Amino acid sequence: MGKDSKILKSAEEFLQIFRRGEEFTKSLLKENERLRYRIAELEEALQQSSNEARIKNYEERIRVLEEELASLKERFKKVEEENKDFAHRYIEVEEENNNLANLYVASYQLHSTLDYDEVLKIVLEIIINLIGAERFCIMLIDDKTTELVPVASEGIELEEIPKIAVGEGIIGTVAKDGESFFSDDIVNTDGVDIYKPLVCIPLKIKEHVIGVIAIYSFLLQKKAFSNVDYELFNLLAGHAATAIFSSKLYTQSERKLSTIQGFLELLKEKPKK
Amino acid sequence: MPNILVVEDSPTMRQLISFAMRRIPRSKVIEATDGVDALKKLAQEKVDIILADINMPVMDGLKLVSLVRNNPSYKDIPIIMITTEGAEEDRKRAMSMGANAYLPKPIQTQELIKLVKKYLDIK
Repeated sequence: MGKDSKILKSAEEFLQIFRRGEEFTKSLLKENERLRYRIAELEEALQQSSNEARIKNYEERIRVLEEELASLKERFKKVEEENKDFAHRYIEVEEENNNLANLYVASYQLHSTLDYDEVLKIVLEIIINLIGAERFCIMLIDDKTTELVPVASEGIELEEIPKIAVGEGIIGTVAKDGESFFSDDIVNTDGVDIYKPLVCIPLKIKEHVIGVIAIYSFLLQKKAFSNVDYELFNLLAGHAATAIFSSKLYTQSERKLSTIQGFLELLKEKPKK
Repeated sequence: MPNILVVEDSPTMRQLISFAMRRIPRSKVIEATDGVDALKKLAQEKVDIILADINMPVMDGLKLVSLVRNNPSYKDIPIIMITTEGAEEDRKRAMSMGANAYLPKPIQTQELIKLVKKYLDIK
């Protein structure tokens, strides 16, 4: 009996120890689960906080890049505007260059000779080739009669052009006042009314008018006046007048000189015995 | 270096065209006063392009085009006609004879330079 109760007691003790061990194991497992849950929670929180920081970082970079993009766009716009401005200025300079070349050629040609007929021919050439006139005439004031006398023409027979008194009609008024006349548009008509030019330019030496250029029609492709046309008209008003006037004087003096030389030759000749 | 032959009887126009052509980099301008003079210059120097007026004394531009196109040595030279006539008929005649392009007077120098550069293949 004593031996049995001892065994029973031992078994009871073992069972108690086992139960305690079971309880301890259970509590350990529970604690383990709690800790794992906590770890998961912490990991999630960590992940979240890391994502937020990354998003914040990305947002900051996007903001900086957007600012850079806006600044680049602004600079691009400015450069584009500058480019446009340069292109525009380049065209203007090119145009100005061409205009200057035209004016230089016209001026050079006008003063390239002292032959009266040649000067008139050059004036005609300039009006045809540089201005694009089709029918026109050059008239000079006759100092004795104070009438405008036609001296050269293109597209109109010279004989068909009447003399015009200074102060008479558009042409006479231009010769009297020394102010250029431009009609409102340059529409060509079939016939020519000598008294109604589309353009009339006075030929002036300083304020003294020596004649006029009257234009009645322009070449088909000429639809309007450009800036260089007005420059050429101004150039013709001054330079053509000087060239015509000086060549006329030179030709006259040459003629007089040859007459005087002829007389001198006659005087030098020994009288025949 | 492109050699440009300018055939024009009017000294004013000749000078103006030559002036414009000298603005093409490294170009050399050869001037001729009419068709006969142009043929002489063609025989003396290598020419890369011809700019010719239609109305000229001695030999006009149309005759020059015809002679150039019938000569195996010159037939491939581009020819640009310049004339006071804006009429379609003159343009057609010049083109049918072998001219490459046509420019009416008063010429716009920028347009002429552009056209010449195109035929000389200059950018």
